[in-house]
Amino acid sequence: MWSNTVFSQIGRFLILVFLQVFLLNNINLAGYINPYVYILFIILYPLDGNSTLLILWSFLLGLCIDIFEDSGGVQAAASVFAAFVRPFVLKYSFGVSYEYNVVKLSTAAVSEKITYIGSIILVHHLVMFALEIFSFSHIGLLLKSTFFSGIFTFVLIYASLLLFSKKVE
Amino acid sequence: MQQIIYFFIRNRNFLLFTLLFIISLLLTIQTHNYHSDKFLSSANAVTGRIYEIKSGITAYFSLGSENKKLLDENLTLRKELEYFRENFQPNTPDTTVFPHFSYYTARLINNNYSHTKNYLTINRGERHGIKTDMGVISDRGLVGIVSRVSKNFATVQSILNTNSRTNAKLKSSGHFGTLIWNTKDPNVVQLIDIPRLAELTVGDTIVTGGKSVIFPEGILIGVVKDYKPDTKDDNYYTVDVALFNDMTSIEHVYLIENSYVEEILELENAAGDVE
Repeated sequence: MWSNTVFSQIGRFLILVFLQVFLLNNINLAGYINPYVYILFIILYPLDGNSTLLILWSFLLGLCIDIFEDSGGVQAAASVFAAFVRPFVLKYSFGVSYEYNVVKLSTAAVSEKITYIGSIILVHHLVMFALEIFSFSHIGLLLKSTFFSGIFTFVLIYASLLLFSKKVE
Repeated sequence: MQQIIYFFIRNRNFLLFTLLFIISLLLTIQTHNYHSDKFLSSANAVTGRIYEIKSGITAYFSLGSENKKLLDENLTLRKELEYFRENFQPNTPDTTVFPHFSYYTARLINNNYSHTKNYLTINRGERHGIKTDMGVISDRGLVGIVSRVSKNFATVQSILNTNSRTNAKLKSSGHFGTLIWNTKDPNVVQLIDIPRLAELTVGDTIVTGGKSVIFPEGILIGVVKDYKPDTKDDNYYTVDVALFNDMTSIEHVYLIENSYVEEILELENAAGDVE
């Protein structure tokens, strides 16, 4: 069981990196809008999984994307940040049921799911664009990029969750 | 002692997060210094090879248009050559004179234009004689400057990078300015510090200024699209320049090496020391 999850994590990691680098980074909708679907890894990480390990995983994930993109450590910083705040986001989106370890992403209420996914994307995109733009005089650009890319990412992540979710009998 | 260990165990998430976040920040800040020795770049062996395989496949899709571009360029060069043949008497070649600028060719294996700091990757490196600070142009004009070289690959700091500063001038009047990018449009860059007394018209050609050791004078950049007074200093214009290059579909590029670069820099450094 343990090795099974580790292998599926590694598989998901590699697939998401390749998908991000070769497909999603080349979309450039309206010139600059790209979805950052690779954070699906952070969202799908087992809700009761080891959160220290998730921070390490996320760092490696972001760094891989950074190396391909020549963006220094922008994605790594954003991913690590998203992974670090994930327990707080979970607590705040799922409330008490999270504390008793009974939440499953596939069976959670739609509104809770949207809050959870939306918050993770928002946090990640804000940190990422803030570091990438790196200037206080471009707050408008920061908010605009976060908004459009965030919506794009959200739609794709939500769609892929619907597509790949196992049917509950 | 036990207290310290407990402290670390209890706060391990926060400590790990802080450590990794600081590392990422350092990596980010490093990319903001142009001359820093970036050790994580897409010019490394693994990502370079992967990008090369990918572009080896995708290159087939644009073969038609790339061939046409090369043909067009050949035509222009042939016309120029013919012009020189007709207008100049052949004199005895002086073998002691080396060309000032030498050229290399390369293929782009990764292109970026959606960020605020864009880098491109090319399939030539140290092994082929590429060095940092070489100029990169395409058949239509300016592309960027080589920023990092590995054995087989190199990354190029695109002119679509907020760190880029290129010397450029108006072809007609010769007024100098600096080329920057305001991140808004990958086909439009900005020329700043053009004095107000320069006569500007929409459609004027902008070329490289030759005031840097990287690019020779007169390499095409683009045309004036729009101009307005600088928001800070009324004595200068800020000019929007529509690039000749379509930065979103470049495939073949040329690298320019200035064979006098070391001599010039040495001289300039010596002059700086005297002051």
